[in-house]
Amino acid sequence: MTLHIAIGIALVFSINSNAKTIVVCETCEFPSIREAVEFSAPYDTLEIRKGTYKEFNIRIDKPLTLLGIDYPIIDGAFKGEIVQVVSDHVTIDGLFIINVGTSYTEDFAAVRVSNSEHFLVQNLVLEKLFFGIYIEKSNNGRVYNNKIVGDAEEEYNSGNGIQLWYSNHVEVDKNIVTHVRDGIYLEFSNFCKITNNRSNDNIRYGLHFMFSNDDLYQFNTFENNGAGVAVMFSKQIEMLDNTFKNNWGPASYGILLKEINDSNIRRNRFQNNTTGINIEGSNRVNYEHNDFVGNGWAVKFRGACYTNIFRENNFLFNSFDLAYNSKVNDNLFTQNYWSNYTGYDLNEDGLGDIPYRPVKLFTYVVNRTPEAIILLRSLFVDIIDFSEKVSPVFTPDNLLDEQPKMKRIDHGSD
Amino acid sequence: MIKILKYSFYDLIRSRWTYVYFAFYLLLGIVLLFLNNDLSKAVITLMNVIIILVPLISTVFGVMYYYNSREFTELLLAQPVKRSSIFIGQYLGVALSLSISLVVGLGLPFIFYGIFKSVAIWDFVLLLVTGTFLSLIFTALSFNIALANENRIKGFGYAILLWLFMAVIYDGLFLISLLIFEEYPLDTFSIAATLFNPIDLSRVLILLKLDISALLGYTGALFQKFFGTYFGMLISSAVLVLWVIVPSFFIYRRSRRKDF
Amino acid sequence: MVQIEGLHKKFGRNEVLQGIDLEIGRGEIFAILGPNGSGKTTLIKSVLGMVIPNTGSIHVNGHSIKKNHRYRNEIDYLPQIANFPSNLRVNELIRMIKDLRNDPSEKDQELIELFGLKPYLNKKLGTLSGGTKQKVNILLTFMFDSPLLILDEPTTGLDPISLIRLKELLTSEKEKGKTILVTSHIMSFVESVTSKIVYLLEGKIYFKGSIPELKARTKQPDFEHAIASILTLADD
Repeated sequence: MTLHIAIGIALVFSINSNAKTIVVCETCEFPSIREAVEFSAPYDTLEIRKGTYKEFNIRIDKPLTLLGIDYPIIDGAFKGEIVQVVSDHVTIDGLFIINVGTSYTEDFAAVRVSNSEHFLVQNLVLEKLFFGIYIEKSNNGRVYNNKIVGDAEEEYNSGNGIQLWYSNHVEVDKNIVTHVRDGIYLEFSNFCKITNNRSNDNIRYGLHFMFSNDDLYQFNTFENNGAGVAVMFSKQIEMLDNTFKNNWGPASYGILLKEINDSNIRRNRFQNNTTGINIEGSNRVNYEHNDFVGNGWAVKFRGACYTNIFRENNFLFNSFDLAYNSKVNDNLFTQNYWSNYTGYDLNEDGLGDIPYRPVKLFTYVVNRTPEAIILLRSLFVDIIDFSEKVSPVFTPDNLLDEQPKMKRIDHGSD
Repeated sequence: MIKILKYSFYDLIRSRWTYVYFAFYLLLGIVLLFLNNDLSKAVITLMNVIIILVPLISTVFGVMYYYNSREFTELLLAQPVKRSSIFIGQYLGVALSLSISLVVGLGLPFIFYGIFKSVAIWDFVLLLVTGTFLSLIFTALSFNIALANENRIKGFGYAILLWLFMAVIYDGLFLISLLIFEEYPLDTFSIAATLFNPIDLSRVLILLKLDISALLGYTGALFQKFFGTYFGMLISSAVLVLWVIVPSFFIYRRSRRKDF
Repeated sequence: MVQIEGLHKKFGRNEVLQGIDLEIGRGEIFAILGPNGSGKTTLIKSVLGMVIPNTGSIHVNGHSIKKNHRYRNEIDYLPQIANFPSNLRVNELIRMIKDLRNDPSEKDQELIELFGLKPYLNKKLGTLSGGTKQKVNILLTFMFDSPLLILDEPTTGLDPISLIRLKELLTSEKEKGKTILVTSHIMSFVESVTSKIVYLLEGKIYFKGSIPELKARTKQPDFEHAIASILTLADD
């Protein structure tokens, strides 16, 4: 897609060889961005020099490049939206945008891109915002290297960092989003690539997407978000090489999967989350080469999950490896490494000779009486777990890893 | 008291049992580390060992020492030394020699393995601290049992029973009452019940470090406060200290009234 | 030196001492005698503060012994059974007791010589024979120059030569004007060290007086028979 945009831009320059550069600064001919935009012709570049511009509702309705030099400040003074893009081929680059208005009826954004193609929003710093970068019904664009720092405290009066709505083929790359409601939010947006982002300390979800299919999430880090990451009602999702960590709380998850089908979750790291992955109504998802480290529950099944495959994952020092609330099991666990496995490997094929049962009786007890968690790792609990292991009563008979690995899996070597 | 402590300690560090105990921990440390080849895993296994075995060994060793040194005690009693000093001194002698065996026995292999460079260092330190506390507490409890029972068979019996109760039965009753009263909010009860058993208390202290992610999965307000802030660490540590002080005080009181 | 008034002690339901009044003057030597279970050891231990009486008072050297441990500086005690921390060496034990009493006595060298303990000084106490332990026990007792000496069955396990040495020691202590309390089953030993006895029976003082008095009252020519027939006194 990068190539696609590059060709587009090259094309633009070749057609408009007479494009000019307009300088905006406090002492220039154009001390106001809005006036400069009105004056400019399509494909011009507005060079905005260092300074503070108290402006809002800057509407860009023609192909333009807004290029900030040394991070000029655009201060919206909490009056409303600040930059609105309603034309194709617009680039917003290098601005420091602050003080977006807050409203309970309208979703004011620092930068809104509506019904536009081939946009590029990059190198922005956004602070004191309601919504950050809001892309609606706009395709084939790129949101790159922005830093969005909110000051959200409550869910109802805060907005999202980067929001995509009915927008396809958008790349969201190398952004940092913190202290907003949802770090990155996608709804009805397909074929998007969300890569190399950092989304942490947001009050709801680090990443939240619904009804968005065929998307790729790779090399992102989601940390310490109020409720972790929620992915719902989507299919053909690739979630690769992401890190989900330190999401603590009763309703906080590394990932909350709901109605996700035919997807791949590979090489991710789930570390120190209350629940690593919470799975509801998700089918035909492959979990391979993930690391689940030090989570309260590495994986929680919440019912109606079929034909999911867990292969060659590392389950390391989780308080519980697996919680399962059904008597039947149609999911496959095979060749994972479980740090709690105590079996042996006499034929030395690298696989344990006795199967591993990832569900413990105590998991059921805690499910019924959550306070019982305080008895975790007590000798008594070990004894009842052991008796369940010897003769399973509560856990599905076939819920086991028949070929547990004896050694931690090194994902790098594959 | 310091003198008695010194001589008891002297006596003990030459005792075969101290070395057995020390060697046991040394071996355990080595086996855990070099078989598992993983510090974090070793620390978790160690936790199970510490909260179960340390109380057992401290109780048995405490009772044993008390009965075996009866004549020595009588010799001391005829000396111009305060009674309470004799018993508190002996108690500290036993408890400290046990603690040192534990800390050094486990510490050596872990240091050798490179614990200082590992992120597990604080988990490990916490384990050793709780282990030391458990040694102090259960030695004190065992001294109380021994002081109250002239008959050493009975004394041993009660000591083992005490351990069994604290390590297993208590938690069983605890869990059963949780299941029976599951309709009610139970977090206050759970935390209170934990504070009344030093083994549970130590376990929770370690859980706060190892399993905090899981502990925060429950919504009770007190749980949230207890586990989510330093409040829990603070309370647990304070109550552990109480668990050392109160039985020690009983040693002091009982020793002043006892006939020999 | 020692005043005992109205001393009562119960162990459970068993009333071991039932009102003992006894005054032992400075420089007196008393043998406390009586059948097994008559309360001899309990009486001695009460004086030492090891047994805490139910009622009654004990004064040593004019000071009440209640909630007091310093008075024991004036007592040397030889316990009945000599058993020491088995991992300590003999010389360490000697040093320890000196340390505990804050008394840098020099007399131990002399006693080591007297009982031939030199070869055992570096041995652990756990490896010593019963007799040797008793010698160590005696050494620890006579090492200090306290005015009151309490000996509980001092002859146990001693060889004849050591027994003679012990008697000599007692004689010299007697000459120094010490107050001595001793219990023993060996009558000849009692007779050789003292002439005054206290006979306990069922927790009471049954007889108190000198051996000649006892002989006269029981009309028995020798001490052993006198003691054996002491119970006939009640018929008088």
